[in-house]
Amino acid sequence: MTAALSVEGLEVVFDRFRALKGVSLEVREGESYGLVGESGSGKSTLLRAITGLAPASSGTITVNGKVLGKTREKAFYREVQMVFQDPYGSLHPRQTVDRLLQEPLAIHGIADGEKRIERALDEVGLGKGFRFRYAHQLSGGQRQRVAIARALILEPSILLLDEPTSALDASVQAEVLNLLEEVRRRRKLTFLMVSHDLAIITHMCERLMVMQNGEVVETLTASQLIGHRVSEDYTRNLLRASEGFVRV
Amino acid sequence: MNDDKALLEVEDLHVTFATRTGLVQAVRGVSFSLGRERLGIVGESGSGKSQTGRAIMGVTLPQAKVSAKKLAFDGIDLLSVSPSQRRALRGNRIAMILQDPKYSLDPVMTIGRQIVETLRTHEKVSKAEARERALDMLRAVQIRDPARVFDLHPHEVSGGMGQRAMIAMMLIAGPELMIADEPTSALDVTVQLDVLNILDRLVAERGMGLIFISHDLRLVSSFCDRVVVMYAGKVVEQLKASELRDARHPYTRGLLNCMPKIGFERHPLPVLDRKPEWAA
Repeated sequence: MTAALSVEGLEVVFDRFRALKGVSLEVREGESYGLVGESGSGKSTLLRAITGLAPASSGTITVNGKVLGKTREKAFYREVQMVFQDPYGSLHPRQTVDRLLQEPLAIHGIADGEKRIERALDEVGLGKGFRFRYAHQLSGGQRQRVAIARALILEPSILLLDEPTSALDASVQAEVLNLLEEVRRRRKLTFLMVSHDLAIITHMCERLMVMQNGEVVETLTASQLIGHRVSEDYTRNLLRASEGFVRV
Repeated sequence: MNDDKALLEVEDLHVTFATRTGLVQAVRGVSFSLGRERLGIVGESGSGKSQTGRAIMGVTLPQAKVSAKKLAFDGIDLLSVSPSQRRALRGNRIAMILQDPKYSLDPVMTIGRQIVETLRTHEKVSKAEARERALDMLRAVQIRDPARVFDLHPHEVSGGMGQRAMIAMMLIAGPELMIADEPTSALDVTVQLDVLNILDRLVAERGMGLIFISHDLRLVSSFCDRVVVMYAGKVVEQLKASELRDARHPYTRGLLNCMPKIGFERHPLPVLDRKPEWAA
């Protein structure tokens, strides 16, 4: 198995604040990898640094064998796409679904747009009827499906998912998680997924990394986590917290 | 735990918004009663759970219409009392905690002043005494260095600390009924439990009634005595939290079922098959 994505000693500094303190990680091809931690742990910053949205001050990022430079080339975005947390914020409110999906195609000069848009909408379970609607006419779950369609339309091999369901209701969350699993299976995608919810991560990912204060706490397989075979107290605390409230 | 006399009685509560496209009924005939217990109201977005809480508190938006056969707090008919009487109840005998301390605390006032303001609105106490009581209250919500936090502005504290300050502010007037609308949803899981522990202890110690509004069925059932499940503005099921496993309504069961659970592999996850008759 080769690494689809590997990160070595990544540092991100905002002014004097070190958001990531030398984080390393390797995601194999076709794997689904989870990042968990509390807010401020740096899990989202890690995704943003990979896409070039956060400034990396040192460290190397390698995607499909290619080491990334300071700026990202266009070709990078055909390989790596991201789905953001809040579909209310990540879709342009004054653009139709069609226009939203056209944009990446136009940027990359892809000709068979018509077919790709139809396919992408179909794949995320929306169908042609949604093509000329505006984001505000859609529910949260439908918007997140559009965001996933937009990420898929360039046919990337790696999908970065930043809390893709935390803004959604529980029943809609299940639908979107199922959709993500399905597209991953069908397109043999590699996932790097951030969530604060351990149950979602164990459901979706084979391996995961626990983060705190910009550092790696430990890396585990999902089955180690399920079996409570963890070595750090911090992870144990997270596990306990995920089991709900217990009256003392 | 149950008093004979109900602290709060809600019968056939309706909240209706007039919009450009016609009337939107956010709450459609909700009934329940509450003693000195912890009641959870659970539902997804748009189910009317928050509007139910707001109607009880009396902070429904002015363009909405609230009506009910009965909406009584400790025998007081909330719909017929004067606005000033209602105001005297609010913050004093009925208090409310909102989701995100970033928005529910005043950003330009120190935390201490906000707590003192609440107290002095409802009780005649000297400034020095109010300060002492505010510091005690901050201590009660397990803030380690209350004198320091007293002088901080909300942006200088973490979310968990802000929510504790919010609880302190709401509890200082000694309310009998507390409405907590998603009090921990904006917090990290580990902080969530700390805040819930504090809330739990204070509610028990002071013998308050608590309405805990949340989208998280599992959390609510682990915290509350009784659960009301809402869907599309209506109550679909009321049950004891301990009997959640035996929930009858397909919506409640579906909601419980569709969440991923550590140690239970289910691919794909079961999804909710919404029936139009649930909303009828």
